[in-house]
Amino acid sequence: MPTQTMEKNTKSKAKKSLDFSKEQYIKWYKDMLVMRKVEERVGHLYIQQKFGGFCHLYIGQEAIVAGTVSACEKGDKHITAYRDHAHPIGLGVHPKYMMAELYGKKTGMSKGKGGSMHMFNKEVNLMGGHGIVGAQIPMGAGIAFADKYKGTKNVTFCSFGDGAARQGALHETFNMAMMWKLPVVFIIENNNYAMGTSVKRTTNVEDMSEMGKSYHMPSFVVDGMSVEAVHYAIQEACERARKGEGPTLLDIRTYRYKGHSMSDPQKYRSKDEVEDYKQKDPISQVLKTIEENNLASSKEIKAIQDEVKQIVEESVKFAEESPDLEPHELYEDVYVQKDYPFIKEFL
Amino acid sequence: MKTVQYREALREAMVEEMRKDQNVFLMGEEVAEYNGAYKVSQGMLDEFGPERVIDTPIAELGFAGIAVGAAMNGLRPIVEFMTWNFALLASDQIINSAAKVLQMSGGQYSCPIVFRGGNGQAGQLAATHSQSFESFYAHVPGLKVVTPSTPYDAKGLLKAAIRDDDPVLIMESEKMYGDKGEIPEGEYIVPIGKADVKRKGEHVTLVSFGKIIKVVHEAAEALQKEGISCEIIDLRSVRPIDYDTVVESVKKTNRCVVIEESWPLASISGEIAYHLQRYAFDYLDSPVIRVMQADTPFAFSKVLIDEALPNVGRIVNAVKSSLYVS
Ligand SMILES: Cc1ncc(C[n+]2csc(CCOP(=O)(O)OP(=O)(O)O)c2C)c(N)n1
Ligand SMILES: [Mg+2]
Repeated sequence: MPTQTMEKNTKSKAKKSLDFSKEQYIKWYKDMLVMRKVEERVGHLYIQQKFGGFCHLYIGQEAIVAGTVSACEKGDKHITAYRDHAHPIGLGVHPKYMMAELYGKKTGMSKGKGGSMHMFNKEVNLMGGHGIVGAQIPMGAGIAFADKYKGTKNVTFCSFGDGAARQGALHETFNMAMMWKLPVVFIIENNNYAMGTSVKRTTNVEDMSEMGKSYHMPSFVVDGMSVEAVHYAIQEACERARKGEGPTLLDIRTYRYKGHSMSDPQKYRSKDEVEDYKQKDPISQVLKTIEENNLASSKEIKAIQDEVKQIVEESVKFAEESPDLEPHELYEDVYVQKDYPFIKEFL
Repeated sequence: MKTVQYREALREAMVEEMRKDQNVFLMGEEVAEYNGAYKVSQGMLDEFGPERVIDTPIAELGFAGIAVGAAMNGLRPIVEFMTWNFALLASDQIINSAAKVLQMSGGQYSCPIVFRGGNGQAGQLAATHSQSFESFYAHVPGLKVVTPSTPYDAKGLLKAAIRDDDPVLIMESEKMYGDKGEIPEGEYIVPIGKADVKRKGEHVTLVSFGKIIKVVHEAAEALQKEGISCEIIDLRSVRPIDYDTVVESVKKTNRCVVIEESWPLASISGEIAYHLQRYAFDYLDSPVIRVMQADTPFAFSKVLIDEALPNVGRIVNAVKSSLYVS
């Protein structure tokens, strides 16, 4: 099976952008703007120490989630890493539940027990949020395994970073996923850095789509700053998966504008590099398409921006006003068994 | 009743549950075409086909993770590890994923999965192939750990494990697979978390679990000849532990020896001893004593193996010392 790289991507991109409806562009714009504005706020709140834990922002990478969600179907499953604030938003969960989770509140997506790195929502099939780098790679294949076993047509989207792609589990999983033709799309959210370590400092094979090759997995490089390119790539991968042809690897090239986490001084890259990527910003690109093609009036765009502001305010308010957990909840959700005999000694 | 081998008892449990529940499947190295490295799954491929009895590559981390994902998405996997020594490569998925996903998702995703395989030393296999992991995994909230020592317990506990909605680890032994014992003709379950009084006695309580129980029985026989009557408690589950049965027995005998085929530090025996000094302090007529495997990696030499393992002589001496007799 051939492994295609950049060519493929240019082909996808060359499709005229207005293959998509006005509604689709507006939705992409709004969804990505919500992700961006919510996370900008999250960054401020974190600096103000409104909540603790780690905090990894997705800012700059929004097109991956937006393009995946627009190309997927309802029963499809999603699993990702700890950089997971945008995924629930893209999947249609009101950001207030994500915000409440950051605050460790009872109303949070994971009842305040998972925090920033562990966002789950069963209604939209978001199966985490996983803090162990690369753990979700075999898990994602397993979720797909179950759908294949049950005979559904659902696909699993399994996202992980360029750093996670260096885990041995990736190779074990790619091998089994190809052998068993599991309906899974492996998405490398390739922002070129694992904390402070660039891709080229961890490998002599910098084209990560090559990693699928030794398993004969269809593998493509995708422009992650273009939501259309992501959508097309995901759509094709889904078709393959739903036809029973198995997994696809997408090396989606993206960029995070912020540090790895909120505590990253970013000494490993230049300001120019960051600025270059901002020129290709996925949200600006969509807005440009909307404006150039008169898909919305400036008044309508302003209305969207105002609505997004409202959503951000509402989310913060909801999180701050939500109740904390109660101490007795410590023993809940550890086992399904309701009367599990915990050893409770505080002497 | 009928007499079966330990491996057959395990197989019956899997076969019965797989006939009943389409979502149960078996995966692991050599489980299908080879009929199992220790023949536990013999014939299962023929009955259930390759969709439900699945040979994997040698990739413990990968297939354990795939099974965890499958469990989160509605299936009930049984994962066979050739032995628990090799499952160390999968311990990330067992400890960081299977044990955590229910809590981290705020109760939204459970992980009904069974991990099973041979545990502990099995003769001259040297250090990497001879380790006991009961206390290692018993340490982890979110998991359940069972240690069947007879064919009866093996079938009953495995059936309970497959039906359990939480992750359950089964500690078997290459040395027990050929053991024979009686089991009922019909269906039965051994509940997880219930100890079993394997022998009634008056003078001292012997607490143990897993395959070393056989040696404990021999020691109890030898002691009986000297007029010392031992009660043997088989914990059967080490997470959760049935403390009540242990405490009740010690309230009667007033003495306790714990026999464990594992290293002493951070062991189940330490936990039992703590619990007894805390909840049966006034009933103890002598300190709790334990008989353990030596605190070293398990060596190849037969001389060193004999030196390392609990044996009848050591158990007899420990019991006598708890009774202050020589
Ligand atoms: C197994 C493991 N090792 C190390 C870490 C610490 N760690 C957290 S994020 C990270 C970098 C991962 O980078 P990448 O996969 O590229 O994802 P990105 O942060 O860029 O989204 C590291 C080393 C971890 N959480 N888990
Ligand atoms: Mg990265």
